[in-house]
Amino acid sequence: MNDIIIACEHLCVAYQDKLALENITFNIHRGQFWGILGPNGSGKTTLLRTMLGLIEPLSGTVSLFGRAPRQLGALRDKIGYVPQYAQIDFNFPLRVREMVMLGRSRKIGMGKRAGADDWRAVDQALARVEMTDLADRQIGRLSGGQRQRALIARALALEPDLLMLDEPTAALDVGATEGFYEWIHHMHRQMQITLLLVSHDVGVVSRYVSAVACLNKRLVAHGLPQEVLGRETLEGMYGCDAMFFRHGDVPHMVVSTPGHDHSHKHPHS
Amino acid sequence: MDILTFAFMQRALISATIIGTVCAVIGVYVVLRGMAFIGAGIAHASFGGVAIGITLGVHPLFTTILFCLATAWGIAFLSEERKVREDSAVGIFFASSMAFGVLLIGIMKGYQADLFGYLFGNILAVSSFDLWSSLVIGALVIFVVWLLFKEFLLFTFDPELARVAGLPVKMLNLLMMSMIAVTIVISIKSVGIVLVSALIVTPAASAYLLSDDFKKMMLLSILIGVGSTWTGLLLSVWLNLASGPTIVMVATLIFFICYFLSPQRRKLQRDIEELKVEVKEK
Repeated sequence: MNDIIIACEHLCVAYQDKLALENITFNIHRGQFWGILGPNGSGKTTLLRTMLGLIEPLSGTVSLFGRAPRQLGALRDKIGYVPQYAQIDFNFPLRVREMVMLGRSRKIGMGKRAGADDWRAVDQALARVEMTDLADRQIGRLSGGQRQRALIARALALEPDLLMLDEPTAALDVGATEGFYEWIHHMHRQMQITLLLVSHDVGVVSRYVSAVACLNKRLVAHGLPQEVLGRETLEGMYGCDAMFFRHGDVPHMVVSTPGHDHSHKHPHS
Repeated sequence: MDILTFAFMQRALISATIIGTVCAVIGVYVVLRGMAFIGAGIAHASFGGVAIGITLGVHPLFTTILFCLATAWGIAFLSEERKVREDSAVGIFFASSMAFGVLLIGIMKGYQADLFGYLFGNILAVSSFDLWSSLVIGALVIFVVWLLFKEFLLFTFDPELARVAGLPVKMLNLLMMSMIAVTIVISIKSVGIVLVSALIVTPAASAYLLSDDFKKMMLLSILIGVGSTWTGLLLSVWLNLASGPTIVMVATLIFFICYFLSPQRRKLQRDIEELKVEVKEK
């Protein structure tokens, strides 16, 4: 159970002449649920895109399933990717079932049509996200939460070993966000896949994940959320005095503490 | 109906069917990827290719294909490197190719009626060679779209996922640009350099307004494309009007009809009316 799925070693990534990630080293093991956390502009999405081979590192290495992202070949079939919601044009004339099938493109093969097995995997993925009855709906006619689940179904249609999600709750309100994390936590336990999730929602995410990596261009801390997410880490991430409100051991919400005056404010708001 | 017995009219109707179909199919990708300006740009750039053909005494089809492919690849290359924005790249090729064509005419002795025929097109003057070449090239374009249907759909809908899935996105982009280029080349003799982009964009944009499904959009686009070229052609003969502009005007009229019939618009209207009723009741 302890084999490494993703390994980052002294990873540095730059945009033109500016460093976006500095010296990132950590491993993600099979079956874990990781949250990559940090404020806006901390390099979370850059890290995810580098892992996917969309960005070439300046130095250091990243490997998935023991290979560099651009040398993955058929191993790409093991990776499900859920991009940021805003990247998708939901006005596109496409029904949910067809969109989910597109996630399986690589497995189906270039120039080939989806066969019975492929449609079965698509329907299974839709059932997994509880969207079977919405399969024939145009993607633009889904609610925010349904759109997010449809994108997850698209990634699951590949039957992946590793699922990577970029800010999955960006388009959801607070109530829906809680529900979404409950649901994905449940799905992770059921499917026993490796899950990696990028979010700026430090408080909510840390209650559900098995490990966190706190980023602010550098890796401020990584490990078990209850061990890692102390005042020092938060200061390192947000560059200001901050602390958690806790319910028992579980961190609940990040608040800034100017002069230790506990105002109910998100430091990144 | 006697007019239909003339060979030129039969050729015109076959040509209307071929270009109506191919432009409508390619138009779906152009509209969904927001590349309408690229279509117009490559079309105008073809003027340079036509001018070279006429100057060298070669059939303009060959020189225009080469010229348009080079232009399409040039735009793709410049914008791929991200040093130049895609619309800037189009703007540069658009104007410079036209300028090149006009300069070449200036150097040529005498008035070149042929060259100006390409600007606005004349579907009634389509030769057997034009017809066969457009049939072969058009069939090739439709075959490639059919073969890589899923790949082009993914690449159009979500290019990033296409990259993550390891699809050869650069090759797909070049192929798409090449298909736009050759579609334009086989259409300019009939509808003209200035108007061809309308035949690519308008039917697909009309179909977009009525579709919630990709295949449906493509079929509707073909129906509207062929419907516009046939109606426009027959109207132009009947009313003794220029064929290219008549076809474009018919396509535009259909677009506005679709705009007012579009389900989204109808739904919006219903919502507004329901709201009005609610306000009155209060």
